[in-house]
Amino acid sequence: MRIPIAALIGLILTAFYFLMAIFAPLLAPYGMAEVVGGVWEPSSDAHLLGTDNIGRDLLSRMIYGGRTTIFIATAATILSFTTGSVLGFIAAVLGGWADQVLSRFVDLLMSIPTLIFALVVLSVMPVTVPVLILVMGLLDSTRVYRLARAVAVDIEVMDFVEAARLRGEGYRWIIFREILPNALSPLVAEMGLRFIFMVLFVSTLSFLGLGVQPPQADWGGIVKENADGIVYGIGAALYPAVAIATLAISVNLVADWVLNRTTSLKGGRG
Amino acid sequence: MSDLLEMKNLRIGATVYPPGEKPHDIEIVKGVSFSLEKGQVLGLIGESGAGKSTIGLASMGFGRGGVEITGGEVWINGRDILKGGMRGLRALRGAEVTYVAQSAAAAFNPARKLMEQVTEAALQHGRCTKSEAEARAVRLFDKLGLPDPETFGNRFPHQVSGGQLQRAMTAMALCPQPDLVVFDEPTTALDVTTQIDVLAAIKDAIRDTGVAALYITHDLAVVAQVSDHIMVLRHGEKVEYGTAEQIINAPQEDYTRALVTVRQIDHPEKAPAEPVLTAKNITARYSGTRYDVLKDVSIDLAPGHTLAVVGESGSGKSTLARVITGLLPPSEGQIDFAGRTLSPALAGRSREDLRELQMIYQMADVAMNPRQTVGTIIGRPLEFYFGMKGRKLRDRVAELLDKIEMADGFIDRYPAELSGGQKQRVCIARALAADPKLIICDEVTSALDPLVADGILKLLLDLQKKENVAYLFITHDLATVRAIADSIAVMYQGKVVRYGPKSEVLAPPFDDYTDLLLSSVPEMKLGWLEEVLAHRKMESAGH
Repeated sequence: MRIPIAALIGLILTAFYFLMAIFAPLLAPYGMAEVVGGVWEPSSDAHLLGTDNIGRDLLSRMIYGGRTTIFIATAATILSFTTGSVLGFIAAVLGGWADQVLSRFVDLLMSIPTLIFALVVLSVMPVTVPVLILVMGLLDSTRVYRLARAVAVDIEVMDFVEAARLRGEGYRWIIFREILPNALSPLVAEMGLRFIFMVLFVSTLSFLGLGVQPPQADWGGIVKENADGIVYGIGAALYPAVAIATLAISVNLVADWVLNRTTSLKGGRG
Repeated sequence: MSDLLEMKNLRIGATVYPPGEKPHDIEIVKGVSFSLEKGQVLGLIGESGAGKSTIGLASMGFGRGGVEITGGEVWINGRDILKGGMRGLRALRGAEVTYVAQSAAAAFNPARKLMEQVTEAALQHGRCTKSEAEARAVRLFDKLGLPDPETFGNRFPHQVSGGQLQRAMTAMALCPQPDLVVFDEPTTALDVTTQIDVLAAIKDAIRDTGVAALYITHDLAVVAQVSDHIMVLRHGEKVEYGTAEQIINAPQEDYTRALVTVRQIDHPEKAPAEPVLTAKNITARYSGTRYDVLKDVSIDLAPGHTLAVVGESGSGKSTLARVITGLLPPSEGQIDFAGRTLSPALAGRSREDLRELQMIYQMADVAMNPRQTVGTIIGRPLEFYFGMKGRKLRDRVAELLDKIEMADGFIDRYPAELSGGQKQRVCIARALAADPKLIICDEVTSALDPLVADGILKLLLDLQKKENVAYLFITHDLATVRAIADSIAVMYQGKVVRYGPKSEVLAPPFDDYTDLLLSSVPEMKLGWLEEVLAHRKMESAGH
């Protein structure tokens, strides 16, 4: 198996960010909320990326922030995929009323812009990490639901599913043994893209002040804290922006590659 | 040079990407040479993968996606078209050489009228003016026996029948007055009763216009009706070449002989017995429609017997299968099976009902989950119905594989790694695994090559003898019916028009529809087409 160069770059960068997130306490030179210098110091040997708006080490903030951002995005993606795809498959297999009720409810949720919906919900709920994950995951699962249902409806009419029905198989076997293995490749590819949306989503929320609460670091929050510095020519806010952009691109490269590989493969369904 | 088309040592290759292996190059056509004179028809025949379509397209200098002409020469009208470059090919295609595809329904643009499409190539190449081309198209429509030739071209593709569309496509190919027409399985997708008209129309048109033709098909009986010469191909190589007469009456090679004698299985009819399945007065319609697809259908079937349900597409034969399996509850009627009355809907049937009534599908490709191994596919009914596990399960799967004449090494393979015939065999094993009393076979051989289909039919008969299982055999192919049936139900427009033991149904006096159906099945002899048409003309004159 040859990995194309673009996918390889994507894989390396993605792995880099994930390893950084996992081993954050070992890698970070200073504590996350430790004030170690002056305000917006330029980069030096002691502080590779300089310091932030209240004198914390920016590199340490970036590493811990990456950990929070990636953790929330991953957890929310997993939540949105499990709920979305299971409900989507159920709607496709059951059809009729169950499908109508689920689909119309999802349409209803999707008719409200996700960000505004999230802001409304978060403004009345206590903003903690579990609540954040729950809100993001459930709101995003509507998109996954639509994809999973569309894919499953196509598979559901195949003769092998009919054969399983004629055998008397229950819904559980049909969903998890007949449909899921054949729907997996488009879902996995979509998962990469949705993960990126999650990263952007949590960063946006934090930037607006309704996401991760200080002193906890996250990339969106770091942009917010240091946004004022741009006026004085201090680029501290640009580091998290670059991190978000490179993570987005590299995960996309990997997702593209997965999608290409699985849809062009002879024998397997796309 | 008097030859219109001459292929010298043609070689065609492609790159394949087998799952789990490195991509590599294979040769699809391995050095084929032949020539074709003006006004002659050469039949190319062979099973799928023989390279017949690839050779047909190569005569236009074209290789389908990923296929490349790697060697040899193709001479048309005294020039080597492979050396002419793209510009030369463009002048050739649609002018000197034209093409008739298998599925006319997919080959026409649904958004444009037939006349525009039929005359397009002639106009594109500046072969004549618009009015000339249209006049020629009308003449061709008339010659091909299309209704209202003057106004036929004003219709859209969806407004004409499949057989008419195939004839319109022939008109499209003939309109630029080409020297050579490539027919790629032009009647394969049609019902037998339609096929005969299209075949006659094509044959007349070829004779009247004096073009040369390559006629590609897998059905030797069909090609024998239209060709002067026949070339038998296998695995990209020439097996035998000769006049149509020689190939049909005195084949030299074993492979050709096998093709000529295909479907001559001798199957004596069994004595009548108490039925295991009785369907009484079934009437059914699909939900949301107001049209009965089945009208008062009654059939019965004895244990270990085969009932063939015959009819053209749209006759309701597959719907009958759906009703019996419970997928489509009938609006009226009752189904008795193995001494009990079956619930009309699938949900109301017991596990025992489901186990004893199995089904085999037409397209083995989509009837198996591509992500399950052969072992899982065959093993699941054993696990599901009999609770088998582990060693016992694996042994039973191996035993079933043995019954379908496959080695137990196949147990860990995926469907994509099997040939078409093997896939259908695995589907048979899956049905057998449930130890059923009745298997519904829905066109199980129609997607297969004749020799492979033959093997499947023999296997089914053999298994029937050993397991005493009854078959409800749905097919449009009367040769298959002769080979396998004990009794026959002929269906037409949702009704059973003729029903009884094989010997009675296939013996005169016939009703009109059965007569039409029977006489439309191509026979493996020269001049059959003319005989049938002459016979029909006489009959209609007599009325």
